Amino acid sequence: MAVSAGTKLDARTLRADFPIFEQEIHGKPLAFLDSAASSQKPRQVLDAMTQFYETSYANVHRGVYVLAERATEALEHARERVGAFLNAPDAREVIFTRNATEGINLVAYAWGLSNLGPGDLVVVTELEHHSNFVPWQFIAGKTGAELRMIPLDEQGELDLSTLDEVSRGGSVKVVATNLISNSLGTINPVAKLVEWAHAQGAIYVCDAAQGAPHTKVDVQALGVDFLAISGHKMCGPSGASALWGRTELLLAMDPFLTGGHMINSVRLEKTTWGELPHKFEAGTAPMAEAVGLGAAIDYLEAVGLDAIEAHEHELAAYALGRLAEVPGIRLYGPPADRRAGIVSFNLEDIHPHDVAQILDLQGVAIRAGHHCCQPLMQKLGVAATNRASFYLYTIPEEIDQLVDGLHAVRKVFA
Amino acid sequence: MSDFALENLYREVILDHYKNPRGHGVIEDADAEAEGQNPLCGDEVSIYVEFGEDGETIDEVKFSGRGCAISQAATSMLMEMTKGRKAEEVAALDKDELLAEIGVPLTPVRLKCAMLGLTTLKVALHKAKGTPLPEGLAGFDELDLS
Repeated sequence: MAVSAGTKLDARTLRADFPIFEQEIHGKPLAFLDSAASSQKPRQVLDAMTQFYETSYANVHRGVYVLAERATEALEHARERVGAFLNAPDAREVIFTRNATEGINLVAYAWGLSNLGPGDLVVVTELEHHSNFVPWQFIAGKTGAELRMIPLDEQGELDLSTLDEVSRGGSVKVVATNLISNSLGTINPVAKLVEWAHAQGAIYVCDAAQGAPHTKVDVQALGVDFLAISGHKMCGPSGASALWGRTELLLAMDPFLTGGHMINSVRLEKTTWGELPHKFEAGTAPMAEAVGLGAAIDYLEAVGLDAIEAHEHELAAYALGRLAEVPGIRLYGPPADRRAGIVSFNLEDIHPHDVAQILDLQGVAIRAGHHCCQPLMQKLGVAATNRASFYLYTIPEEIDQLVDGLHAVRKVFA
Repeated sequence: MSDFALENLYREVILDHYKNPRGHGVIEDADAEAEGQNPLCGDEVSIYVEFGEDGETIDEVKFSGRGCAISQAATSMLMEMTKGRKAEEVAALDKDELLAEIGVPLTPVRLKCAMLGLTTLKVALHKAKGTPLPEGLAGFDELDLS
């Protein structure tokens, strides 16, 4: 591995680990500014998965032969890597899911259906991705609980002065927020929200899909009850993500999905559930993908989460400065020191789809749309925004390419 | 798609329709109307139709809403294409006819932008005249068409 822990990372060197950058797009260097949607993969992750397929592949937990044992060991090693990455007290609290959305649905169904009812409140925020909004809205609807939102202030940060208002007249049972907003890059005051949730007798559920790639996540220090991460946003493959939950809560819950692998015994009269974490892992696990996620964690830790965080802040500050030079631009969200490497903006009244399409011609990949945050878009009074997002392999030249591209967009619509 | 085609996506005629949309506006108490959304980008379009004395011919058709250049230009072109035609004929209008008018190849995502107006117009006609629902919506007969 060409990386080592330190306070500053060298994006140019790291970039060489990512085969995707070895190509041009429309004859231009690829400026990939959509890592918040999904990150690119280093060769180390791809190699770990290939090696697993070539040397250790079989279904896990069942076979008594060598390959099945190797595969089981690889999967469980990956679980331990995720547990250590999150500072989980016990790796059995780590449940592999397809994505962070599935992790949140798991909690909404398996905890929410048995613990929510009329008079109860589920509190989310205006900043939530649909994946931490719709499951709660749906389960609240099924149980008679009420869904409420903590509003944003003008800077795009949560307005915590409204908490009394938000909880008035009901009993708060769940507080569910993200750690970092996927649209604005806002870093949320999770420790304060956890404290408030617990003071209300509520559980706190953290959507760390955007947080875990960017900053060190410690479930014990944060004091959260559940936390979902997204493997593919942190250099891992698509298809393997994880939910962490407190043992006592997981033990008291019904399963989410049922079927193979998650059982203790099955009789016509009654089926009993397996131990943690298997109770929540129905069907064959995303085995090679989990191995890839473990390798991604090795990679991120070798680079250093502190270095990644510092690099993203530096890029966010650079991008906010450079973008402000473009006439007619409107930037959304908090100042650089209070946001991750995500910048949302609009250019005059040019539709983001058009901006993104013309940027693509310059080799620049950004996201255009509502970013699965329609409540937030409503708050901002727009249908959509452009979003540029950065990661450990992003270099300032890509931001320059974006700025040049935006000048070209203005020319088309002049 | 070639670079040439992509560069032509924003050719003059599309930008002209985008900047000066034909049939942009609202018809109060329209004979037929519907609202459509593109879930990919949150764009919305509303279409309003007024029929002539025969109750079949589209006398006036207008649209309002917000969207990208492709969706707005395609809907503007659609207004010109469908005014004066019979509801039944428009309900059967092939998307290729509109695509020919747009005149540049579209990626699958942009195709959805371009088709938003046509789909919404067909839904409006379905609600007013019982004409067939557009491709892709057929079979959902009583889906939320409000």
